[in-house]
Amino acid sequence: MSETHDHSHDHDHPTHTHDGKPIQEDPLPSLEAQILEASVRELLIEKGVISSDDVRRAIDQVESRTPALGAKIVARAWDDPAFKETLMSDSDEALMAFGIDMRPTELCVVENTDDVHNMVVCTLCSCYPRPVLGIPPAWYKRRDYRSRAVREPRAILREFGTDIPEQKQVRVHDSNADLRYLVLPQRPDGTEGWDQEKLARLVTRDAMIGVSDVLEPADIDD
Amino acid sequence: MDPKFQPGDSVQVLHRDQPGHVRTPMYVRGKLGVIERIVGSFPNPELLAVGHSGLPYKMLYRVNFKQGELWEDYDGAPDDTLEIEIYEHWLAPV
Repeated sequence: MSETHDHSHDHDHPTHTHDGKPIQEDPLPSLEAQILEASVRELLIEKGVISSDDVRRAIDQVESRTPALGAKIVARAWDDPAFKETLMSDSDEALMAFGIDMRPTELCVVENTDDVHNMVVCTLCSCYPRPVLGIPPAWYKRRDYRSRAVREPRAILREFGTDIPEQKQVRVHDSNADLRYLVLPQRPDGTEGWDQEKLARLVTRDAMIGVSDVLEPADIDD
Repeated sequence: MDPKFQPGDSVQVLHRDQPGHVRTPMYVRGKLGVIERIVGSFPNPELLAVGHSGLPYKMLYRVNFKQGELWEDYDGAPDDTLEIEIYEHWLAPV
């Protein structure tokens, strides 16, 4: 998705355009930020505010969340209209059933329909619904995805193998502030009578970010 | 805190330069959009980021933009849109 280019960046653009690809390079990780993080962490441990084990546990907990949790939520919304209504109107309440607490953010569920395809990006950093999907994929944090998703979403979608017909609206959600976004994909045909566990197997991480559709019934084993 | 705008209201994002932890990306500044929903009041991230409490809280909205308004040369369908959260102090009535 990215290509390097060799011209220097000392010129000013009103809008930073490179053939429609506004920003291409990822900066190197900031050494300053790494040093700051280590210093603060070591100080807090030294002063007994937190322990190394607390840090490990917190990382363990964050990393234990996977897209399987989001898939369960989507499958239930497909199967249970009352749950879906709560999920769309009062997501805090709906997520309680899954032991998920989004605070201090809120989950905003956006529904794909015959007329609308939703996709999610965070242009300013990499805001992501971690409590329901876990750690974001590497490409979600890359500058090229973040800049191009708002600028040329259909081109990005095609690169992900997702061709949205011209007559269907593409709605991009820039997750820039206090909400986190989950795409509720459309339930595929041919899944009538499936239980939630089987339905959840169709729901991929990428479909919940909105860069692809869910799997087809033929894609999974019985 | 009463919201100044209601869903359906036309708004313009302020075009101002402001350093710091600003959650209004450059590409929407100065652009015309429509309030999609009132999200609620939240601590002001511009103050929160520099160690303050974030008070007074700011009303947050989701604003819908036509892609053609954001990008003159937008290469997609005319109905394509973008939705983003904007705090009230970054919005002006149209």
